[in-house]
Amino acid sequence: MAAVSANAVSKKFGEVTAVDGISLAARDGEFMVLLGPSGCGKTTFLRIIAGLEKQSAGDIVIGGEVVNDLPPRARGIAMVFQSYGLYPHFTIWNNIAFPLKTQRVASHQINAKVAWAARLLGIEHLLDRRPRQLSGGERQRVALARALVRDPTVFLLDEPLSNLDAKLRASARNEIKQFQQRVGTTTIYVTHDQVGAMGMGDRIAVIDRGKVRQVGTPAAIYDDPADRFVASFVGTPPMNLVSWNSGHLGFRPEHFLPRDMIPDGELTEFSFRVVRAEYLGSERIVYGELEGLQSAAEVTAKLPPAHIPLDSIRPGEWHAFAVRNRQLCYFGKDGKRARRH
Amino acid sequence: MVAIAEKLRGPRSRLEFVFDRPQVLGSAFLAPAILYVLLLVGIPFLLAVYYALSAYTVYNPTYHFVGLQNFITVVQSEIFRRTLLNTFIFTIGSQILGLILGKFGALLLLRPFPGRKIVRALIILPWAVPIALATVAWEWMFDSLYSVINWVLVAAGLVSQANEPQWLGDPQLAMLCVVIVNAWRFFPFAIVIFLAGITAVPQDVLDAATVDGAGFWRRNYQIILPMIMPIVVVGLIFGTVFTFTDLSVVYLLTMGGPVNATQVLGNLGFQIGILSGDVSHGAAVSLFMLPVLFVLVILMLRFIRRREI
Repeated sequence: MAAVSANAVSKKFGEVTAVDGISLAARDGEFMVLLGPSGCGKTTFLRIIAGLEKQSAGDIVIGGEVVNDLPPRARGIAMVFQSYGLYPHFTIWNNIAFPLKTQRVASHQINAKVAWAARLLGIEHLLDRRPRQLSGGERQRVALARALVRDPTVFLLDEPLSNLDAKLRASARNEIKQFQQRVGTTTIYVTHDQVGAMGMGDRIAVIDRGKVRQVGTPAAIYDDPADRFVASFVGTPPMNLVSWNSGHLGFRPEHFLPRDMIPDGELTEFSFRVVRAEYLGSERIVYGELEGLQSAAEVTAKLPPAHIPLDSIRPGEWHAFAVRNRQLCYFGKDGKRARRH
Repeated sequence: MVAIAEKLRGPRSRLEFVFDRPQVLGSAFLAPAILYVLLLVGIPFLLAVYYALSAYTVYNPTYHFVGLQNFITVVQSEIFRRTLLNTFIFTIGSQILGLILGKFGALLLLRPFPGRKIVRALIILPWAVPIALATVAWEWMFDSLYSVINWVLVAAGLVSQANEPQWLGDPQLAMLCVVIVNAWRFFPFAIVIFLAGITAVPQDVLDAATVDGAGFWRRNYQIILPMIMPIVVVGLIFGTVFTFTDLSVVYLLTMGGPVNATQVLGNLGFQIGILSGDVSHGAAVSLFMLPVLFVLVILMLRFIRRREI
């Protein structure tokens, strides 16, 4: 187990800056998620931690030691790749044993270690097969087992769920999280899937264009976004952002409710014209426009159907909606969060 | 009323859509290839069998069936047995040398360096240059008087002028020469095969191996090489079949000499059957390639199928 930190790490590919001065620290045993859109530099950053890429500037520190000049195998890390990177010509047993063989571990220890990892991940019955005979979920477990046998101090996971179908992804997400809690190894998990990030991370680092926009617990990221990018990237549907003075006013769709559903208190009222409504079972998403602002603004509301009759909100109608003032976020001209509005 | 579309025509010819049928179209496309194989491979092969079982010579062109007598004569001949062994040495030697050169060439060409594109284009030259031209150049390099190789060896003080190696005059060295020239011809092909294979290995697998602690050699020989083995074996089948049946390098460089030291099956069959006019024995010599190649190809194809599971 070890803490991992990056100090002002940058990476340039020719003219392109993929990672732009990231400083970030994952505590010992923490599950840290790097969340960002495709091409934001999160995978490059993870590869720098692994030692697969060399940073242009900055330091990587693992367990108190600067590892900039150490090759991947000397960093005490294990990595799970997006398409798992299993060795197709090896049996599953050999796949899991490979990291031990490279370290010239005695064969009886290899046997014991592979058996232990296979039992932990429930893949003992697959050891004689080859990767192509396995399903996506089984391959992922093999990749985890292979990462586990070397007793790494840090796990690096690069979108390990993106090749699974939606149903399997939910259960695999759960498995990874439980597994991490059991072994207690510091884990850095890269994803563009915010649902996964929210559910798994002890803390989330939101990354955009090579920079860290915000680091915090899932609740802090969601309730207290540091800037407009974080506000609009996290949440489905994302936070409503409407022009307000020189900046933007933001509020979550689920906080945007019919006026009479909110008990009295400090609140801001809006006149909302419904354009379209989607019924999603447990909730209803209503798309519409706000009146009375500098420009007509498109917003969404997420309503619990249990509280509002289905036919009470129809396209074309105007309704009085409101948001509690403490649930409003104001973003200044520069996109950063301003505390007073 | 204005007709938007012409009314469909009435009864049609049965043949109008004949090429829409996959069986018909497929057969039409396959026909030239099948004809080619039948006319230029099948008939000559049957002719070879026909002549090999006869006493046919250009001086006595009457058909006289002799059964397997020609084969027995050929096998009993010292020269033939020597030739068969030579053919194996020539084939295996040049394939191994070509593969080694190809592997290292591919690894070098995978690294970025200035002028890599030009080098990649130039490296194909040995394969593209007409073999007769290239062999003439090699012949001068191995020449007994003007050998540039010997000149370098003498200048470097490695051999004295009196003990210069006679590249094409010494039986062992002559075999080495034909092997080297043939490997030189083959190695660009091997480079292309290796490059295609190595670039097809997923980056994730290579990265995983790196993180798992595999260094350069382990990555190459435990991960990359086994993964590209099927494609390498296909290349090896081609190389082996072409080399085993080939006579051009031997014909151009040594004519099978000195004293049959570099004689190979193709050249021997050509000398007996065509140059000496003893068609029946020439055909019998050539037919000895068939079982050997047959076994080789089956072995290699089985290997590939096993790997693909």
